[in-house]
Amino acid sequence: MQPLEPIARRSRLLLGILFFVLFFSAWGIATFGGFVSPTFLADPATMLKDGIYLLTHQDFLVDIGVTIWRVVGGFVMAAAVGVPLGIAMGAYKPVEALLEPFVSFARYLPASAFVPLLILWAGIGELQKLLVIFIGSVFQIILMVAVCVAATRRDLVEAAYTLGADNSGIVRRVLIPANAPDIAETLRLVLGWAWTYVIVAELIGASSGIGYMIINSQALMATGQIIFGIIVIGLIGLVSDLAFKALNRRLFAWRLA
Amino acid sequence: MSELEISGVSRVFPGANGRPPVTALHPTDLKVARNDFVTILGPSGCGKSTLLRIVAGLDTPTTGAVVAAGKEVTGPGVDRGMVFQSYTLFPWLTVRDNIAFGLREKRMGEKEKWEIVDSYIDKVGLKGFESHWPKQLSGGMQQRTAIARALANDPRILLLDEPFGALDNQTRGLMQELLLGIWEREQKTVLFVTHDIEEAVFMASRVVTMTARPGRIKSVTPVDLPHPRHYTIKASPEFSELRRKLTEEIRAEAIAAATQT
Repeated sequence: MQPLEPIARRSRLLLGILFFVLFFSAWGIATFGGFVSPTFLADPATMLKDGIYLLTHQDFLVDIGVTIWRVVGGFVMAAAVGVPLGIAMGAYKPVEALLEPFVSFARYLPASAFVPLLILWAGIGELQKLLVIFIGSVFQIILMVAVCVAATRRDLVEAAYTLGADNSGIVRRVLIPANAPDIAETLRLVLGWAWTYVIVAELIGASSGIGYMIINSQALMATGQIIFGIIVIGLIGLVSDLAFKALNRRLFAWRLA
Repeated sequence: MSELEISGVSRVFPGANGRPPVTALHPTDLKVARNDFVTILGPSGCGKSTLLRIVAGLDTPTTGAVVAAGKEVTGPGVDRGMVFQSYTLFPWLTVRDNIAFGLREKRMGEKEKWEIVDSYIDKVGLKGFESHWPKQLSGGMQQRTAIARALANDPRILLLDEPFGALDNQTRGLMQELLLGIWEREQKTVLFVTHDIEEAVFMASRVVTMTARPGRIKSVTPVDLPHPRHYTIKASPEFSELRRKLTEEIRAEAIAAATQT
């Protein structure tokens, strides 16, 4: 194999599918072959059967909807706060000096560790779930946006100044549009992480959602249901990621032209 | 009165990490009359770009002052348009929106704005490329757009920092004619930095040469070739004589620059 040499579209697709096939075969062999006890790991057929049961008898679609709403809600709140703060931090050095040390510290506070505290503060309602996602996402967004805004090409900024832009014009008409694709890419990444936080939030003190279903199934030793839930999360993540990528490609065609 | 007056301008960059400070520019005086076309010629690192950036207001002089269009320069302003060597079109804007950038900043009315933009698209020969993004353009086209963008703002002084330095030889020749043609028709005060001797002579009414770092003005050579100038003038004996003279002057400085660290 030659390093960095591109491959044909067809082979790319086939290789991508091949790994899924390998993965499910290994799982099938381990379970159908009797190498792993069904108590600990359900086989693929049981998983599918359990999944259909969840969807038809247990209103699992409602759980999925609730979880999606929590992720989107917490993520939108984090973006609404994090993106403007990140831009301000990247653009203005005093703001950076003020916030950067704290944000860098806060970024390492594990969102999951806040769950017990947030339950004390906000109860076990929706607000608590949203806050877990918010805390987990907002500091990452601020820092990543600040870094890309601070790295804006200086010559573009200088060109704008010579064309008569004032300081606020530089922010509005250069820093923001120049970094919009990177900001969108940051949001796409953080949305992926938000999925981790929502499940953590739902494992404790929830009465609905995919995470709640998973922790409930554990009590019933229903490993098929747990795996089905995990796979559903993966699929939703994959779909939202593709949608985000397609949207970015549409919005920022100038980058790819 | 001069359109542009540079008096005693010097620039010393503070040394980083305990190194001694670097003098990029010795105190320099230069007067440029209205509608003059002055080229500044010098070896790389001689401080010619530093001088231009100070005139643009993008850098502050250590000593001295610049008076442009009757006002002392304290920062960038619309009276001084600038074309950079690097491609500085805004990649998220089409050719048309790039050229309109400064006019939009002035909050000019839509109709008048697009009339001006379209007239400059015509003048720099970009018809048919109005809706292209910078990434889709060749280097020459990008610099034509950059020139149109600077001129659309109608600055009193146009500053150009090796604008054709990254272009291939043929394209560079065409761009020189294009810019000179616009200058001949519209008249502007132009300060044009280059390290290309032929370019300096072809474009200029006066060629200012600079010494190796720390830069200062070495000589000022008037170029009395007639206008409008055609590229064939580069083969004329008068042109050759000017080129020979300037080559001699710059050669000594280039050798000095090459032996510096």
